[in-house]
Amino acid sequence: MTVSSTNPAGGARHAHEGTYSGGLLSWVTTVDHKRIGVMYGVSAFFFFLVGGLEALLIRLQLGSPESTLIDPDLYNQLFTMHGTTMVFLAIMPLSAAFFNFIVPLQIGARDVAFPRLNAFSFWVFFLGALFMNASFLFGGAPDAGWFGYANLTSTQYSPGMRVDFWVIGLLVLGVSSIAAALNFIVTIINLRCEGMTLMRMPLFTWMTLITSFLLVMAFPAITVGLVLLMFDRMFGTLFFNPMAGGDVLLWQHLFWIFGHPEVYILLLPGLGMVSEIVPVFSRKPLFGYAFVVYSGILIAFLGFGVWAHHMFSVGLGPVANTVFSAATMLIAIPTGVKIFNWIATLWGGSLRMRTPLYFSLGFIAMFIIGGLSGVMHASAAADLQQTDTYFIVAHIHYVLFGGVIFALFAGMYYWIPKITGRMLNDRLGKLHFWVMVISFNLTFFPQHFLGLHGMPRRTFTYESGLGFETMNLMSTIGSLLLGASMLIFIWNVLRMLRTGEPAGPNPWEGSTLEWSIASPPQHYNFRVLPKVHSRDPLWAEDTMESVPGDDPDVPEPHMPGPSYYPFATAIGIVVMAVGGLTTTLPVVLAGVAVILFGIYGWAFQPLEH
Amino acid sequence: MSQTEAAAVGMHSATGLPSRKILMWTFIGSECMLFGSLIIVYMVYRGKSLVGPYPADLLNIPFITVTTFVLLMSSLMMVLALAAVQRGDMKWARVWLFMTALFGMTFLGGQVYEFTHFVHEGLTLKTNLFGGSFFLLTGTHGAHVTVGVIWLLSLFFMAQSGRLTQDNAETVEIAGLYWHFVDVVWIVLFTLIYLLV
Repeated sequence: MTVSSTNPAGGARHAHEGTYSGGLLSWVTTVDHKRIGVMYGVSAFFFFLVGGLEALLIRLQLGSPESTLIDPDLYNQLFTMHGTTMVFLAIMPLSAAFFNFIVPLQIGARDVAFPRLNAFSFWVFFLGALFMNASFLFGGAPDAGWFGYANLTSTQYSPGMRVDFWVIGLLVLGVSSIAAALNFIVTIINLRCEGMTLMRMPLFTWMTLITSFLLVMAFPAITVGLVLLMFDRMFGTLFFNPMAGGDVLLWQHLFWIFGHPEVYILLLPGLGMVSEIVPVFSRKPLFGYAFVVYSGILIAFLGFGVWAHHMFSVGLGPVANTVFSAATMLIAIPTGVKIFNWIATLWGGSLRMRTPLYFSLGFIAMFIIGGLSGVMHASAAADLQQTDTYFIVAHIHYVLFGGVIFALFAGMYYWIPKITGRMLNDRLGKLHFWVMVISFNLTFFPQHFLGLHGMPRRTFTYESGLGFETMNLMSTIGSLLLGASMLIFIWNVLRMLRTGEPAGPNPWEGSTLEWSIASPPQHYNFRVLPKVHSRDPLWAEDTMESVPGDDPDVPEPHMPGPSYYPFATAIGIVVMAVGGLTTTLPVVLAGVAVILFGIYGWAFQPLEH
Repeated sequence: MSQTEAAAVGMHSATGLPSRKILMWTFIGSECMLFGSLIIVYMVYRGKSLVGPYPADLLNIPFITVTTFVLLMSSLMMVLALAAVQRGDMKWARVWLFMTALFGMTFLGGQVYEFTHFVHEGLTLKTNLFGGSFFLLTGTHGAHVTVGVIWLLSLFFMAQSGRLTQDNAETVEIAGLYWHFVDVVWIVLFTLIYLLV
């Protein structure tokens, strides 16, 4: 709490010029985790808007019965790309933006363990995302659903390049995710500052660690599934061809062995953010820290044993269905533990009702609703009624939008002052919150009833007279308002960049190390590395060691120099992807050559200037 | 590079282990899931091919036993290479690094011969489920061996030009971790594909 006096606001302005200055080339070659974090954040938010526009088109089509606004073909592309974009190009990279910017600061490190690998991860993600979306210009976007069930994805039922874009695009994005996750595992395990034991790590860092382990364990399964599919489509193998003995269910198993841990990959970072924000705005330490950590680990562990609850309707038999039902219900326990811990943290706290806390409370409420409908279809018997209806659509949006997106906005309102050095407007933030929470419920709550009344998902229209009209219209109006709420946020950010008041190092009087340094931090983060003695170093009495300050007498640490090899290697991967897409061997080989050039240049380039 | 990177950015190692080594172990964990998934695909489709040729018609166990032995011996060479680098004996380090790569290439040569022979006998990716799953599984392993051979040859040429010294023992150790892992995977594949045919 004495932090603001150790770091005058004047230092922040100076740092602002240093951290983000430089032309376009300096962004392409940067290896600074903060700049990479900003690039992740900006591009992920762009794809969040793209995915949102796709959703709005879907809702406009469904606003009235038998609408002809969008034809079935385009509708299939829109719902496939909406799901794929939101999962892989919006939520995951938005979490990655915070991993990048915040985790090294929270553990008292000057960068990640492998700064150039980090730049590589970003560029592979960014170019892979462009590759996937380029499909709109070349014969149409992927249209087989975001989980691309076999054998709808076979060349017989999905001719052309659409599914190829999806398969190869996801393989490329997988490279990015695994590289980033490996980097964060090593960073968190090995670069913690002195005194930062595992059980003193901030919760967001903990959840990043768990998420990264989920990524490196889960992505190989979908990689194999995608490679099988690619071989079926390009080389005529028979993996998913029932006529030759192939098993279409194998795809579902491989996809969901990845797909269910993926749900927690999306969710856990959000849980970590809320676990940071609730204590700071309640002015007390998190209630039951160890329980929150261990319940996160338990969620991740159980998450690997529940994949077949996505497959209750395929007929795996009573034993499998029972086991997967029970395992799925078990996950409600650690999730409930976390919710009670947040509530107990709020209990008796002196609450500061600022925007980050609003979004955190919104998250807790919406996530409980999503969790309850989740437990409903954990029961195989109930799930058979709900599969492929709008009830499922309502559920996943309550956990992924009401849950994850609310948490990510809480994180944005909380950490953007650290990232930019300026405050977002609190009144506009609260307006954003109220419009968002009302329109979100208007959009998705009626979908529970639509689903239970039998409205199927992924169907481009419905007949009039089935009783679907009113609730679909409500949902469409809600979605337009939801889109408008994003404009309030964008306006708030633009306003902040022009006239936002300086944030200072610790505007929220937070307890973790990222608040001990200037906003935005100098490019080296900590001139003198901190040494911590407790979980909340800035709230403890011993802040002198935790906050060594920016002593100008200490020389600036040397940081890794810029490198264009990560970008070059990423280019090589995308060239290879284009070669695979068009099945032209010379292009693939050219891609391999560029990759080799990049890797050798990378390996032999000295790290400092 | 992590040690240099960590030194450059002035960070200590919280565990006392080099970051690069933790990276390689974690990567190997991820690779276990990759090969695990591929093995599951092979095992699920075992005996499910509707037309021949079937595994028993083609698999040449004595031949593959020999190439398996060669690959296992390459792991021994790798151990010797690392030991030589660690004691600063760069002459023998070059010899053993080259031998490791050579044994790896011999194994790959055996695989090329085997694949060609199978195609000749009428087994391609498209023939049946055995063809697809066999070529994908052993081919993925072969691709890993290829990457390892390129890596080892790069180290060999670095040693030739004097850019690899005793100080880089950790670099060789990490390449060794990868190489041993790829060998261990082959032991599993050899057992499941050939011995349990």
